[in-house]
Amino acid sequence: MYIEDFSLPDERGRFGPYGGRYVPETLIPALEELEEAYLKLKKDPEFLAELDYYLRHYAGRPSPLYFAANLSEDWGGARVYLKREDLNHTGAHKINNTLGQALLARRMGKKRVIAETGAGQHGVSVATVAALFGLRAVIYMGAEDVRRQALNVFRMRLLGAEVRTVTSGTQTLKDATNEAIRDWVTNVRDTYYILGSVVGPHPYPMLVRDFQSVIGREMAAQLREAEGRDVPDAIVACVGGGSNAIGAFAHFAYLPPEKRPRLIGVEAAGEGIASGRHAASIVAGRRGVLHGSYMYLLHDADGQIQPAHSISAGLDYPGVGPEHSYYADRGIAEYVSVTDEEALEAFKLLSRREGIIPALESAHAVAYAAKLAPQMTADEVLVINVSGRGDKDVNEVMRVMGEDSR
Amino acid sequence: MSRIRKAFEEAKGRAAVIPYLTAGFPDPESYLRIAAGLLDQADMLEIGLPYSDPLGDGPTIQHSGDVALSQGVNTRKVLELTAELRRKSDKPLLLMTYINPVIAYGPERFFADFAAAGLDGIILPDLPPDEDPQLVAKARAVGLDTVFLLAPTSTDERIEKVTSYVTGFVYTVSVTGVTGARDRLPDLAPLVRRIRRFSDAPVAIGFGISNRETAHQAALVADGVVVGSALIREIEAGRDPAALLSEIREGARVE
Repeated sequence: MYIEDFSLPDERGRFGPYGGRYVPETLIPALEELEEAYLKLKKDPEFLAELDYYLRHYAGRPSPLYFAANLSEDWGGARVYLKREDLNHTGAHKINNTLGQALLARRMGKKRVIAETGAGQHGVSVATVAALFGLRAVIYMGAEDVRRQALNVFRMRLLGAEVRTVTSGTQTLKDATNEAIRDWVTNVRDTYYILGSVVGPHPYPMLVRDFQSVIGREMAAQLREAEGRDVPDAIVACVGGGSNAIGAFAHFAYLPPEKRPRLIGVEAAGEGIASGRHAASIVAGRRGVLHGSYMYLLHDADGQIQPAHSISAGLDYPGVGPEHSYYADRGIAEYVSVTDEEALEAFKLLSRREGIIPALESAHAVAYAAKLAPQMTADEVLVINVSGRGDKDVNEVMRVMGEDSR
Repeated sequence: MSRIRKAFEEAKGRAAVIPYLTAGFPDPESYLRIAAGLLDQADMLEIGLPYSDPLGDGPTIQHSGDVALSQGVNTRKVLELTAELRRKSDKPLLLMTYINPVIAYGPERFFADFAAAGLDGIILPDLPPDEDPQLVAKARAVGLDTVFLLAPTSTDERIEKVTSYVTGFVYTVSVTGVTGARDRLPDLAPLVRRIRRFSDAPVAIGFGISNRETAHQAALVADGVVVGSALIREIEAGRDPAALLSEIREGARVE
């Protein structure tokens, strides 16, 4: 087990102009302490062995890279593989990061952890590792998401976490994150904040990227075995804050351009970009600061943050990680968007054709892959990062589709 | 000497009294009337620019910002209100704003427009100054004082760095936490003493000042007291906050 050394962020926590630390001064010493602790532990063989142990024996890594024979045939183009992050313990890629950060918190002597959650996947994952390591967990979740994801709320409580419903602002992930930051400002001395995506003030975008980058490293090794090569032709992943996508991309993103696969981040177009009801920060946003980081963002002419909209709670976030913002500007990755309707179709498609019910988030990646794969050739390889499983979404999909599951 | 520094000097025998009000709350007209009333007793005024995601603020100020935003109080409107207040008073006016509205408006234009409206200084609660020294310089270039925050968690290294960007006063946060009225404050002397080792600027204490007692406790060690949430609660309760401010002004007396 090792954690790669990526050339970014720089020592100021920036990916080009993006990132940084736009937070109240109260938090600066805590962020400095966290950065210092992490950079030391990142090279500590004991810490890495511990992380490796839990990733293997607790989370179930490596996650399979599954050749989707049916979809490959249906789409008649690229050979399509699915990186099965949905098979991890707790049902999503989130556990890669929460295990890493919980071990970090433990090493730093913190007994209380807090987190924000949108779909509830990150919250469940934090509640899980808190139970495992005997940490007290408080999870902030927007009231709107509490309604949409009742099952995950129950799971978190079952695991012993306290779930605090956030009723300010748009009552979704952005407001849950505000509230988690307010808690951290207040209890910073004894509390560790387990941020769930590649957003927030430095060092979080780096930290979460590093813990998630195991996805891409495994993918390379698995492709070598299956296809005799380390690098696919394209990787498609959904992007809200962007942690699963960074996890899938990072290992390849810093390759020289001629060796790099096409990296495609799929944002949520909600009811359509033109409707204004979407969560496509890169595709349709402008640069700004949210939650401590300079990045692409949905905000109005006055800099007031605009509510994001997506059928998928996990993509319902008005910003996107600073590293994605950088990839977009530099052409390292491409960013596209997929509507609620297209995602629902893909949700059904993957269920019917491969027997895999994906998270609605991941269904966005599947929906774009359905457009891309037919344009590729039979000797090309396309990997879809299936970031999570869809059990949590079944109720919401039933509500939207009615009983018509066909 | 800037108008802000002069106001600290002129507050003899007491700490300077610095009320904070969210601009346009409860509505633009009442705001102007209340703010002008408070300015009679105050040494300077903090004007809060309403923001959708105020992560340094507690529920009272969050709510006041939502109310103002829902009435269409945008940056342009806050500029107008600032100019109005300048016509009514010659006391120092400071703007407290999160960084994103500044970025969205364009920092140079933002600072220039507010300076032209009569603003004296700017407080940026989510911009540690070393994150963007050029932006700080742009505010300075149009004659605005730049106020930054320090907290009980600030190390000597941070205090030295942050105070090097301060021109108006050092805004010292009394507790680790968000804004909001509190019944009592921790011992503030050690933090203020550490700040004074690195800076000659006046030190004002904010967060948690809610009444005569907390104002007095802060005044014993600092040069100014900032009061926000407690005043906004008075407005929410339908009372004129002038009575509370005069109580706080009494508490700020140290001779």
